[in-house]
Amino acid sequence: MVQDRRSLLMSGAALALVPALAGLPSRGRAQGATSLKIGVLNDQSGVYREVSGPTSTACVRQAIQDSGIAAKGVNVEVVQADHQNKADVGATIARQWIDRDGVDVIVDVPNSAVALAINGIVREKNKVYLNSTGGTTELTGKQCSPNTVHWTYDTYMLAKSTGGAMVKTGADSWFFITADYAFGHDLERNTSAFVQAAGGKVLGTVRHPLQSTDFSSYLLQAQQSRAKVIGLANAGTDTINCVKQAAEFGVTRRGTKIAVMLMFINDVHSLGLTAAQGLVCTESFYWDLNDRTRAFTNRVKGSLGGNYPAMSHAGCYASVLHYLKTVADLGGAAAKADGAATVARMKAMPTDDDCFGAGTIREDGRKLHPVYLFEVKKPEESKGAWDYYKLVQTTPAEEAWRPVSEGACPLVRA
Amino acid sequence: MAGQATAFTAPTPHQSPGLPGLSLLGFNRAQSIAFLLLLAVLLVGPFVLYPVFLMKLLCFALFACAFNLLIGYVGLLSFGHAMFFGMGGYVAAHAAKVWGLSPELAILAGGAVGAVLGVVSGWIAIRRQGIYFAMITLALAQMVFFVCLQAPFTGGEDGIQSVPRGNFLGLFSLAPDMNMYWLVAGVFLAGFLLINRIIHSPFGQVLTAIRENEPRAISLGYRVDDYKLIAFTLSAALAGVAGGTKALVFGIATLTDVYWAMSGEVVLMTLVGGLGTVFGPVLGAAVIVSMQNYLAEFGAWVTVIQGCIFVACVLAFRAGIAGEVGRWLRVRL
Amino acid sequence: MIEDLIFQLELGLPQVVLGLVNGAFYALLSLGLAVIFGMLNVINFAHGAQFMVGAFVAWMLLNWVGIGYWPALILAPLIVGAFGVVLERTMISRLYKLDHLYGLLLTFGLALIIEGLFRNGFGSSGLPYAPPELLSGPPVDLGFMFLPKYRLWVVAAAVVMSLATWIIIEKTRLGAYLRAATENAALVQAFGVNVPRMMTLTYAAGVALAAFAGVLAAPIYSVNPQMGSSLIITVFAVVVIGGMGSILGSVLTGFGLGLVEGLTKVFYPEASSTVIFVIMAIVLLARPAGLFGRA
Repeated sequence: MVQDRRSLLMSGAALALVPALAGLPSRGRAQGATSLKIGVLNDQSGVYREVSGPTSTACVRQAIQDSGIAAKGVNVEVVQADHQNKADVGATIARQWIDRDGVDVIVDVPNSAVALAINGIVREKNKVYLNSTGGTTELTGKQCSPNTVHWTYDTYMLAKSTGGAMVKTGADSWFFITADYAFGHDLERNTSAFVQAAGGKVLGTVRHPLQSTDFSSYLLQAQQSRAKVIGLANAGTDTINCVKQAAEFGVTRRGTKIAVMLMFINDVHSLGLTAAQGLVCTESFYWDLNDRTRAFTNRVKGSLGGNYPAMSHAGCYASVLHYLKTVADLGGAAAKADGAATVARMKAMPTDDDCFGAGTIREDGRKLHPVYLFEVKKPEESKGAWDYYKLVQTTPAEEAWRPVSEGACPLVRA
Repeated sequence: MAGQATAFTAPTPHQSPGLPGLSLLGFNRAQSIAFLLLLAVLLVGPFVLYPVFLMKLLCFALFACAFNLLIGYVGLLSFGHAMFFGMGGYVAAHAAKVWGLSPELAILAGGAVGAVLGVVSGWIAIRRQGIYFAMITLALAQMVFFVCLQAPFTGGEDGIQSVPRGNFLGLFSLAPDMNMYWLVAGVFLAGFLLINRIIHSPFGQVLTAIRENEPRAISLGYRVDDYKLIAFTLSAALAGVAGGTKALVFGIATLTDVYWAMSGEVVLMTLVGGLGTVFGPVLGAAVIVSMQNYLAEFGAWVTVIQGCIFVACVLAFRAGIAGEVGRWLRVRL
Repeated sequence: MIEDLIFQLELGLPQVVLGLVNGAFYALLSLGLAVIFGMLNVINFAHGAQFMVGAFVAWMLLNWVGIGYWPALILAPLIVGAFGVVLERTMISRLYKLDHLYGLLLTFGLALIIEGLFRNGFGSSGLPYAPPELLSGPPVDLGFMFLPKYRLWVVAAAVVMSLATWIIIEKTRLGAYLRAATENAALVQAFGVNVPRMMTLTYAAGVALAAFAGVLAAPIYSVNPQMGSSLIITVFAVVVIGGMGSILGSVLTGFGLGLVEGLTKVFYPEASSTVIFVIMAIVLLARPAGLFGRA
């Protein structure tokens, strides 16, 4: 009896590892060379859920369908995960996806902190990285990678479009409320550069953690500085809360202007037109821009659960569509074997899709397309659901983006 | 309050029959068997399981063992151990990335910072006992969290990214997961055996005396506060080592590791495994880390399950896995 | 020099007012913690989660049932209080004979469960809850700042609630039983008072206070699952500074530390989130029992 117990002791100690063993990695990837796996890694529960989240996954699925890749004998599978806006969580998922689950492409990745962490991993493992919702220019700057395409927008283009327009109206002293991570810092730096180049001054800046709820004391600090413009270098619900609380504290009553440096149409939807009217914002896609964007929106709308696509979602669609075109061109096996070669081929091929029209991908991984400045409509101007934007200004693709020479991307110098 | 509160960690009275021949490093017989088993798992593990997962597990196991030194053998419940773990991670990452130190030195730097932080916070916290001690450590850890949030070197929400694993002793590249694994396994074993040595030393016996009856230890002439502070510092230093190792494994140090939820997690691991047992924390870490890993796709449900385990342990299984198994087998693990 | 200081203060006055609003929440939460601790000797780690549940109940009442802010201010604490009764009866009461630390661990586990459930159900980005019509509309012009009416109301409500609690405990017969039971439960039981029931109700009352604070907070901070956990640790520091000794002590410390935090935002904003913890360390070194605590 005692003896039995002793032997049980051993198995008992090993017991703790059973769950680990049970979940043993399926190391062997699918044997058919024509099977690809796309991982959509984004925020499914936090501040950026609306601008990425399940809508991005639906757009990726739409791209697979529209590409007709299945008919060419390539089977594409989609997996998705929530990185919870934490760089370590995102990095762990990406490693496991690539090491164990055989993921070939990682798509979307909002939150620049996570976006940069994934950038390094995908490069190390030689896979493909199609970033749409991350904003930092580092992705095509110092940390640019031969495995990365940065599709939709970045902080330079936002600063130039929105910041430039604000400065033109005589806003020459700024105070920034900045989200304390790569994206916020980047956006603040780029906007400051435009403000200062136009002869303006930056009077101060305050940094807040992601996912803050009470911005009143930051707003008062901004007011204390007597700046004419409060620049919001943040995004998602952080921006929404800032705009709401600025109204609550009567910040704009004393003539201070709010510059929303990044806003998606979903944010306008959450704010409501009454609160958002008159704000300007920059996007590279609007569902009601032209016949092609409307056609795309109509195709995908049914699977979005009431949401509408923003530029970030459109970027997921378009980048995956272009990737699959490249796969069809290269052949599934070749595309799977070498991520860098696939991205090189993507850069060599011109792009064309319903969301962004015709365009190109630059050597440093930057996708080029026109950029639009919109003004949010007044409630009485809006004629239907999600009819929110008036087009104010279009910046052509050649002028909108940071010149390669300023990016210090090592790929280009080489 | 009604009734005399029982001691927080009930000592297991059963001694295993002291058979000669099978007792190494001060372990009793059952512990020796368990230790050999542990060695076997360490050796075979990386060939069976995903090495990155095993490394994560070992880092947390060392963290839990360090924490257990304090709660299991001194009876102090620290609710702020994340500050040592997280800060150790930040400093090791900074040392490896910015100063270019070799990995073993970076890990040691993490441990050193843990020790310094441990001396300061311990000096403040040991003025109070029981719940107050727990709340004070928690509050101090939150302060460290805010400092990490704002200090420029921690990189805010970005954390310190792309930390190089470097070359061990300047010779062996740690970039391949297997090489890194052997270093992590070595660090874990060294820490584990060090803690075991401390427990069985005369110093460790005094700690146990303090846990069992503090006034009597004082009346016997022991300077209880000094003992507590030394134990606190040792525990903090080892937690720093664990955090530093983890940062090198994943190449990233972030706020997650300094957040108060991490302090709660290590309490949970130790509680599940068995407070005041030698192998309990390792088992607890294995259970919790595997659970987090394989249930990750369920998102916030992991938190709910962890909470349920917490509640179940407190209400029904206060001795933890090692304690319950030990009671059942009539041995001390 | 002094003029400069006054100028700074004038500019910073709005921050001090905001500090008072934060102080109102510190006071209400540390009050609830003190009531529970005094009677049950349990540090209620789930206090932050219960604060959050209070806010969510208000949100659900509005969006699912159509019950507005004012009824919610009474209903939500009752609902959450009833939930507290269940928790106390089924779990917490089983730990009274053990070390107090087990109470802390149990409520920590409960906090994880509650937070996780709400994160699953509602995501973590927060839900909007509009202030009642009576208190919305244009902000009040205080001369040096615009203050939303609602925030004024929060301070007033917190002061009234704290006073009411203090009066109940210090001036009524029920309060006298409570205080007596805190000193010697067995003796009070011998006098024929149902002590276990009193403990249950005390826990429920403490939890209801947290929920009340939650409803107050809903229109200010958007309703989200983490709203309590970040606050509760600061409140722990407040409690350590004040000492667990007196009800009035926890209220005064709560408001006082809110003000200190606001002042720090004027002179050295970077330190505003750490100042309370620094004060805690200093108080512990000088007076380990806290400002109002008995050693």
